[in-house]
Amino acid sequence: MSEGATEDLVTGIVVPVSIQYDYTAGEAASRFLAHIPEKRLVGQRHGDTGLVYVPPRGSDPADGEPTEQDVELGDKGIITTFCVVNVPFAGQAVECPYVCAQVLLDGADIPFQALIQEADVEAIHAGMRIEAVWVDDDDLAPTLESIRYFRPTGEPDADPASYKDHM
Amino acid sequence: MREVAVVSFAQAPNVRRDSDRNEVEILMPVLHEVRQKVGLDRSDIDFVVHGSTDFQAGMPFSFVAALDAYGAWPPINESHVEMDGAWALYEAWVKIQTGEVDTALVFAYGKGSPGDLPDVMRLQLDPYLLYPLGVDPVGLAALQARAFLDSTDHTEADMAAVAVRDRKNGTSNPCAQVVGDFTVEELLSEPPFVAPLRRHDCPPISDGASAVILAADGRARDLVPSPAWIRGIDHRIEAAPLGNRDLTVSASTRIAAEKAGASGDFDIAELHAPFTHQSIILEEVLGIDSSTASVNPSGGALCANPLMVAGLTRVGEAAQRILDGAAGRALAHATSGACLQQNLVCVLEGDG
Repeated sequence: MSEGATEDLVTGIVVPVSIQYDYTAGEAASRFLAHIPEKRLVGQRHGDTGLVYVPPRGSDPADGEPTEQDVELGDKGIITTFCVVNVPFAGQAVECPYVCAQVLLDGADIPFQALIQEADVEAIHAGMRIEAVWVDDDDLAPTLESIRYFRPTGEPDADPASYKDHM
Repeated sequence: MREVAVVSFAQAPNVRRDSDRNEVEILMPVLHEVRQKVGLDRSDIDFVVHGSTDFQAGMPFSFVAALDAYGAWPPINESHVEMDGAWALYEAWVKIQTGEVDTALVFAYGKGSPGDLPDVMRLQLDPYLLYPLGVDPVGLAALQARAFLDSTDHTEADMAAVAVRDRKNGTSNPCAQVVGDFTVEELLSEPPFVAPLRRHDCPPISDGASAVILAADGRARDLVPSPAWIRGIDHRIEAAPLGNRDLTVSASTRIAAEKAGASGDFDIAELHAPFTHQSIILEEVLGIDSSTASVNPSGGALCANPLMVAGLTRVGEAAQRILDGAAGRALAHATSGACLQQNLVCVLEGDG
């Protein structure tokens, strides 16, 4: 290829791409979300195994069976494992360092990820008791954003044997 | 070669918009039904493979989440294709040929409703030269239809006759979405949609899911009295740029049909032709004699066309008629890409 042709090469073009999606939460997640404005966390139980999933997705991911029974769980639980975020990134909503934890609600069989605040980062540990901190009542909506974060309750730690199967 | 048969088929009702259920909730009853029909537990299924696309679901790794509808503990032998489920079935057939597995569950799901499907489909085009033009699948099919009408003796009335046939057949399919009893004259009185296509020439946008179970000889006869044996299966692909191929014939279908042994008479043919003119192109290249073969007894893709699902459903619908004893020899076809770019042909036979 001649030198002149190389200079004429198009090295890039801009093609904007965007697609709007309107998701369907689904029957199971809708039932769960509908209770959030009441500050209630309602999981779902698999009839055969008795396992309770929260947030529920409608099926037991282990065997593909429907989880049809609602189970009231409350908004307290424990930290099963956690990480300390020290690295800032674009769009970060919380000041570093902060803690992301796997939160196992009392009565649930699967943890979900949540932000931990109102706590000394160095003091956070597995088995720590925590509780949900909700947004103001006027701001409650059918979304998990209605929970601002979880914070330690100061109660005694959970026995590791009680959550060893939920790590 | 190992003899492999379709032994079970199930599908969800096809609808324009399932605003209650997510993908997992649509799939779960289908995956239960397809196993229950042949009395197989999850532990009896050696291999699971499915077809879907993240672009349609609008989320990365959506196919992993879809496994919640099947269950993956204890760990399962599993695979996925970002293609119509008919190609997942092909992978399952190959897997059984290796001798590693004897049974396979194949499924596919597609919700066309969350995103704007024409926008989603445009993303399969070349991003430099075609995508910026804003042409969607209906526009591309209209280009093909124009080339087809101009280079053959076929007319828009011939195309309307395909819609009349398929949508009348669809009236007896409880899972079909757009059905009805029309006349060619009625349809031709409608205005053009994307000329030369009228709305009746185009498929609906669908939410749907389907599943089949394959079993090797030895297992298949234990499960059903009349297995639908896969006597031949092949798929071929053509160049993506539309200018690089003749849109009025389907060379890839012709070669796939030769390799699959799809000659002679068929009792039924289930063709994945989302547009009416494509059905005529396929019937001609496959040499289907519509005086002896029932074409698209299910209503075909003109009655319901869930992306990534409709091809697998053609195989399932064809196999079901052999399982029911209503057909002895059936041809199933699946397509993918713009203007019949990629095609799969499957020949199914009963024991008779």
